[in-house]
Amino acid sequence: MNSEGHPLKKYIRKHITKTTMCPGCGNGIVTQAILRAIDELGLGMNDFVFISGIGCSAWIPSPLFDADTLHTTHGRPIAFATGVKLGLPDKHIMVVSGDGDLTAIGGNHLIHAARRNIDLTVILINNGIYGMTGGQTAPTTPRGLKTITNPYGTLEHTFDISPMVSAAGASYVARWTTYHPRQMTRAIKKGIQKKGFALIESVSQCPVQYGRVSKIGKAVDFLKYFKENSIKINKAKEMAPQELKGKIIIGEFMNTTKPELAEGWSHLKCHLEERH
Amino acid sequence: MVHKTSVLTGTHFEMGNWACAEGAIASGCTFVAGYPITPASEVVNRLAERIPKAGGIFLQTEDEISAICSAIGASWAGCISMTATSGPGISLMQENIGFAVATETPLVIIDVQRFGPSTGVPSVGLAGDMVQVARGSHGDYQIIALCPESPQEMFDLTIQAFNLAEKYRVPVFLMADAFIGHMREQVVIPSEEDIIIESRKIPDHGLGPMERQDFLDVDVAPMPIFGLGYRAHVTSSCHDEHGMRNLSDPSVMHRYLIRPIEKILKYREDIIQIQADYLEAKVGLVTYGTVSRSARAAANLAKQRGLKVGTLRMITCWPFPDKEIRQMAETVDYMLVLENNNGQIYPYVKAEAVHACRVDFLRPQTLGQIHEPDYILAYIEEMIK
Repeated sequence: MNSEGHPLKKYIRKHITKTTMCPGCGNGIVTQAILRAIDELGLGMNDFVFISGIGCSAWIPSPLFDADTLHTTHGRPIAFATGVKLGLPDKHIMVVSGDGDLTAIGGNHLIHAARRNIDLTVILINNGIYGMTGGQTAPTTPRGLKTITNPYGTLEHTFDISPMVSAAGASYVARWTTYHPRQMTRAIKKGIQKKGFALIESVSQCPVQYGRVSKIGKAVDFLKYFKENSIKINKAKEMAPQELKGKIIIGEFMNTTKPELAEGWSHLKCHLEERH
Repeated sequence: MVHKTSVLTGTHFEMGNWACAEGAIASGCTFVAGYPITPASEVVNRLAERIPKAGGIFLQTEDEISAICSAIGASWAGCISMTATSGPGISLMQENIGFAVATETPLVIIDVQRFGPSTGVPSVGLAGDMVQVARGSHGDYQIIALCPESPQEMFDLTIQAFNLAEKYRVPVFLMADAFIGHMREQVVIPSEEDIIIESRKIPDHGLGPMERQDFLDVDVAPMPIFGLGYRAHVTSSCHDEHGMRNLSDPSVMHRYLIRPIEKILKYREDIIQIQADYLEAKVGLVTYGTVSRSARAAANLAKQRGLKVGTLRMITCWPFPDKEIRQMAETVDYMLVLENNNGQIYPYVKAEAVHACRVDFLRPQTLGQIHEPDYILAYIEEMIK
């Protein structure tokens, strides 16, 4: 590292000197993937508005990123982002939040934003648990895992987020783990460039809360776990459901082009003005 | 930018909800989010047709939570923003009404109130949300709420609501009900030049958020709206003057809570409007909204019978016109609060008035119906016996 510090530090608010993340948290890897994607696309912080909800991962853009940032209520960042995008159609609007925020309390906004195909890039950091509040069951917690709120093991099934959001109408959907930061960066770049709703599901480790109840171990053990249990989507298509049990399917789930909402509004307003 | 030709100058015979939508257009509203709900639907139905032609956007959201959140987001994106709903929708919006308060976001919320609790009676008016709009979100705060009594005022006060929202960087409620929302009366829309529009201040360029005061100024901080390079940090969590989250310093917590309250109270003289007509009156009728029409009719009937009955109509219900109520209480011998509910504003009136006069409450003969003027008069005659 030279005297100027980390090459991505220019994107961080100058007065911020520390993060709130626990040792071994996957948020650092995802933060770098986001900033590298922006950097490699030649974009700057003035091209973006970042919006986050409530939870550990929501504290990535707020306060770290030196940009317009909106830190919202629990579950609602996509709803706020929808208004921001329609008001600022020329800006890139990125939502960064967790699996609890975006698929439990905020699940309705997630599927409807995908249906509308509004041009948002959603980085959904999926650690399979509620980290900030102390290790409660999330809609992504594997069935049978013993958590603080399911001390006898969860009885519920999980959301398979990427296929769900693909089915809801998103233009771009990819899932990678923190073991795959380069692929994750490429997916974030594609998501930013995609004119439409883009979701990058970043499977990440929470060694403190998930690590405690899953017995997977520390951060490095999680990365090994992700490496050993990830299956590329093309390979997974040829495998039987019982072979895929407990596996993390990674890769692109959706990459398509279709009319986008904010652009639709721009066209409609032009059309009405001409008639006026 | 709203097109200049959009204001429907002239005399119309239309519903209150129609007038409200036209008030929004005349205010330069550029973003409307809403979810269908009786008896407020006509507001968004009309805006869905009107606002795209005026250069704005209408978004039908998946629920009222999304409606208020997207309206707040649009306001931060620089739009003149609003949503319209009724009681159940307000209940769903409450958490994020608090967000708008905490982040000092200009926004207009139209509440065409209906009969409750719960799903109640959608098409019947009841002033059921008078306290929940002021106290319904968690924490402690002040709100601005205006109470129209006619379709004309649904036009006029909608414009005032936008002006107050933009001037003071706050969410503002327009508290209509099913009666005036659906009532047809004459609505006069003035010419474009005669409509005064207030716009929010934005900061000077060149400084970052740590050098600016973006929040917690009792004299209203300029709003660092998004997209202009301000690099604003906006959070509804406890924050300092720069918008930076601070969850550990008690003095910051104190300022975060009290400054937005003080901002509204400091400018109460500019914000609070009442309509007073109680010179030499022995009995004062205190009302707001639709019921004010019955109160005036009752006061006129009383004059014919030689009784000195005056009226005080709260055009602004929140912040509460405490001083104005005290002034009336110290003039009259009897005060009668009339509301189409079981007495939501009554305790606030009583607290300001009971030291100086007798204060009673009268709901309509049947809840959800208009007070009959004769019924009010009969109560007055009994009261002063």
